[in-house]
Amino acid sequence: MTRQNVIKTEELTKQFGNFVAVDHITLNVYEGEIFGFLGANGAGKTTAMRMLCGLSHPTSGKGTVAGFDIFRESEMVKKHIGYMSQKFSLYEDLKVWENFRLFGGIYGMKDKEIKQKTELLLKKLGFEKEQNSLVKSLPLGWKQKLAFSLSIFHEPKIVFLDEPTGGVDPVTRRQFWELIYEAADRGITVFVTTHYMDEAEYCDRLSIMVDGQIRALDSPSNLKEKFHVQSMDDVFHLLAREATRTDN
Amino acid sequence: MAIVSVQKLNMHYGNICALHDINFEANEGEIFGIIGPDGAGKTTLFRILTTLILPESGHAQVAGFDVIKDYKTIRTLIGYMPGKFSLYQDLTVEENLEFFATVFHTTLEKNYSLIEDIYKQIEPFKKRRAGKLSGGMKQKLALSCALIHKPKVLFLDEPTTGVDPVSRKEFWEMLRKLKNQGLSILVSTPYMDEASLCDRIALIKDGKFLEINTPQGITDNYSETLWSVKSEKMHVLLKDLRNCLMVKTSFSFGDSYHVTMNKGITPMDLKKYLITKGHKEITIKTIPTTVEDCFMLLAKKEKI
Repeated sequence: MTRQNVIKTEELTKQFGNFVAVDHITLNVYEGEIFGFLGANGAGKTTAMRMLCGLSHPTSGKGTVAGFDIFRESEMVKKHIGYMSQKFSLYEDLKVWENFRLFGGIYGMKDKEIKQKTELLLKKLGFEKEQNSLVKSLPLGWKQKLAFSLSIFHEPKIVFLDEPTGGVDPVTRRQFWELIYEAADRGITVFVTTHYMDEAEYCDRLSIMVDGQIRALDSPSNLKEKFHVQSMDDVFHLLAREATRTDN
Repeated sequence: MAIVSVQKLNMHYGNICALHDINFEANEGEIFGIIGPDGAGKTTLFRILTTLILPESGHAQVAGFDVIKDYKTIRTLIGYMPGKFSLYQDLTVEENLEFFATVFHTTLEKNYSLIEDIYKQIEPFKKRRAGKLSGGMKQKLALSCALIHKPKVLFLDEPTTGVDPVSRKEFWEMLRKLKNQGLSILVSTPYMDEASLCDRIALIKDGKFLEINTPQGITDNYSETLWSVKSEKMHVLLKDLRNCLMVKTSFSFGDSYHVTMNKGITPMDLKKYLITKGHKEITIKTIPTTVEDCFMLLAKKEKI
């Protein structure tokens, strides 16, 4: 069975003046895969992710996301991806259902479709009673679950999650990952960054960036075997310690 | 001796209860960790103890002084690093430090030994504006500024949030060194794995302390036997564990599931069940409890 490529980059590079933020990265991410994108602060993760989302123009190399070229078709890339981060995800001053209408509308969904899907989703999450609540009045864990559901509301091929579980309590963090598994089972590719190393173990495959380069890319079990260690935390420490470029 | 002492502290914001009947004592010379998720009340507690807001009811003393009556004295005795970067972005690294030293009637030279280890790492950039620093450097500058007047107690509100695992480890090594120099430290964090680096911890959720103890004491009090369960089909395994009447709780934990079983059930019983469900390469073994396991168990009890 050949699996469809959802992200494909070759020697993708971003330079700011003399500083090479992302240094010739090559990677393939497949349909329905949960791909962890790890690295220390300052390793170049955010810059790489911005290029993949069509928000930053690469300096050189090649890349396609959801079948569109990130150099020439960045607007099409944006239409076919979902995005969620810890910092920005929902409009706090809008009600829950208003957020759904806004995002659905931005992605060109029909009113009827938005209405039906909103009802279905709120029911599934057990949030029906909260549909008229302002987002800012909800607990953080709820917000993050809502934000994730919203990021895949328009059925994108791939969703980018930038530290989605930072500060979330341990139980909700696990429920959040169950939502991720469900999305992946439906064929949505999940590209996720995290600072929780236990979450790294939940990924199908992952890469570790050091000094703008991808230094390791494999499944968690293969990486642990390769580095002769017990946990992803150990793998991360071994690789990140090699960094010459520091966040300092 | 208690360096921070809190009795029946309460705080509400509208209908939301930020702190509910909080009682605890942090001892002189210890690292006391307040551990819990965002929105649990950590920042409210820190802001009361640093005399920035008034509690609704209850009492608190820092270094023996009352947070309401003696707030001016307390402010000279404590160092505070808020969760949000709060230095002057338009001043340089050096200017920020000098400013804070002057406010506290001291000089950079006088207490240099206390900040030396940390400040040395950012000294090459001392002419750079604080707003232009990277995250890690801002953190080191903020810590230096909080230490410049040689405080008795250091309050650190989520100093490692959003920081990668390697930098987090380095930061905790700095705290260890400061403790060895005699400083008392109150630190909050949402990362459960940092609990073991504190001398004593309080687990906080929805404005309530679930437990106060040493990290070891907390895991020793865990009343269940904890099992680590794995099979070759992990996604299916979680569903089967959830539907199994022998299983009390099951949570994903790194590359395995942490499971507790109902009374009288043996690992062999569970294994047989999983075999009937078609699992292969099943491993079930007892494992030491982590603070995160305890937090989940305690949070669950709290709800009932």
